[in-house]
Amino acid sequence: MRNALTIAGRELRSFFVSPIAYVVLTGFLLIGGWFFFNLLARFNFLLNLYAAMRNPQFAEQMNLNDMVVAPLLHNLSVVLVILMPMITMRTFAEEKRLGTYELLMTSPLSIGEIVAGKFLSMVVFVLIMIGLTGVYPLILLLYGNPETGMIASGYLGLLLLAISFAAVGLLTSSFTENQIIAAVSCFAVLLLFYIISWPAETAGGGFGTVLKYLSLTEHFSEMVKGVIDTKDLVYFVSVIGLSLFLTLRSVESVRWR
Amino acid sequence: MIEVRNLTKRYGDLVAINDITFTAAKGEILGFLGPNGAGKTTTMRIITGYMPASSGTVKVAGYDIFDDSLEVRKRIGYLPENPPLYTDMTVGGYLRFAGKIRGISRMQIDDAVDRVLVKCGLTEVHERVVGHLSKGFRQRVGLAQALVHDPSVLVLDEPTIGLDPKQIIDIRQLIRELSGDRTVILSTHILPEVAQLCQKVVIINRGRIAVEANQAELTRNAPLEQVFLQYIAQDEVIETQVSA
Repeated sequence: MRNALTIAGRELRSFFVSPIAYVVLTGFLLIGGWFFFNLLARFNFLLNLYAAMRNPQFAEQMNLNDMVVAPLLHNLSVVLVILMPMITMRTFAEEKRLGTYELLMTSPLSIGEIVAGKFLSMVVFVLIMIGLTGVYPLILLLYGNPETGMIASGYLGLLLLAISFAAVGLLTSSFTENQIIAAVSCFAVLLLFYIISWPAETAGGGFGTVLKYLSLTEHFSEMVKGVIDTKDLVYFVSVIGLSLFLTLRSVESVRWR
Repeated sequence: MIEVRNLTKRYGDLVAINDITFTAAKGEILGFLGPNGAGKTTTMRIITGYMPASSGTVKVAGYDIFDDSLEVRKRIGYLPENPPLYTDMTVGGYLRFAGKIRGISRMQIDDAVDRVLVKCGLTEVHERVVGHLSKGFRQRVGLAQALVHDPSVLVLDEPTIGLDPKQIIDIRQLIRELSGDRTVILSTHILPEVAQLCQKVVIINRGRIAVEANQAELTRNAPLEQVFLQYIAQDEVIETQVSA
């Protein structure tokens, strides 16, 4: 455990002493802020429009959760599909290129500790990244009255989604010493699982159900709607667990070859 | 201290090392020689537990590298051919990290790092970022990393490559000081270095041991350079005879 923390600490420090962390966080918040601003502007515009049309029923029906928070979370999840591969691509690939992999592998560390340390650092980074976007719903809470339960459930969903992405990223990074290959293959996997349920309706039947179950978006959408179902939690935990297990095996495989 | 027995490593059809056997006693500096691609790095990587052999065993300080890999890794300091440096860390920070993952406790880490900083002449650069250091300093940081946990076995893969003459002399002096009760395996292309430092010489060629002997015996009649070329050539003669 102590070793895992040591590795996680080094990993995070290297993020924050280099410009990487700041560039990623700035980019993420900038894009997130732009989404938030636009969603909120449209909300205000509609509200004013309905008020001008003296149409109070419509205005009644508008709510911040459905019109601002939910689309914001969905948009952020798309940004994460693009950003997470770039954050995780270094984890193993860079160590192999630098030769520091040899230091890790010849130190008295278990492979579990190495993988756990790297994963932990990614979880902390994701928490910081998503935590900072909390400022948007905070603004809504200060000036409006959105439902906090729904926001919390949506954010939990976003967090689980990002952590799952990170676990997949660790896996693809462990396969290669080339960061571009690591990032692109992670991106391809994430995007595929993001859109995998598209043919579900036409496919129908058992196949359709399977595709729907595999889709990251389906599970995430449920949580954004404010439903925390064990089924969805189990899904995310299994994606994370399976990816980490395969990462472990992939790192271990140096010892088989 | 180090016992290598019948070690073989295959990559598919390619045999990198073939049935290698040698030993190094406690306190000995063993010079590990051979042309490029002879299998030196592969052998060292197996001894340090980086990768497993296809067959054969290695024992370090009585522990088997396969069964007690963790125990062996605790006792070995390894400087690979390219020093394994995190270029974005400071020298001090890097050595602390290297010490911690080698199992040095929080209480002792400062002392351990200070000790190797002094020993490797790095005190004045300990706050500098590793990536900004010159080649010579990087090599020394690599060596410090291998020493930080005070290992009983040191495996050094070409430690003086790319250094200027002054730095080479410094590093050699350091290796000599370090040996004492440690066992050192030193791989190098620089034969005078072996002549100066090593009690024992192992020459490896095309994945096989060409000779294992005391340096004094080996160089009784001819200088090391001549002996080296002779053994490498001998091997080739045998091989051409066999294929003919």
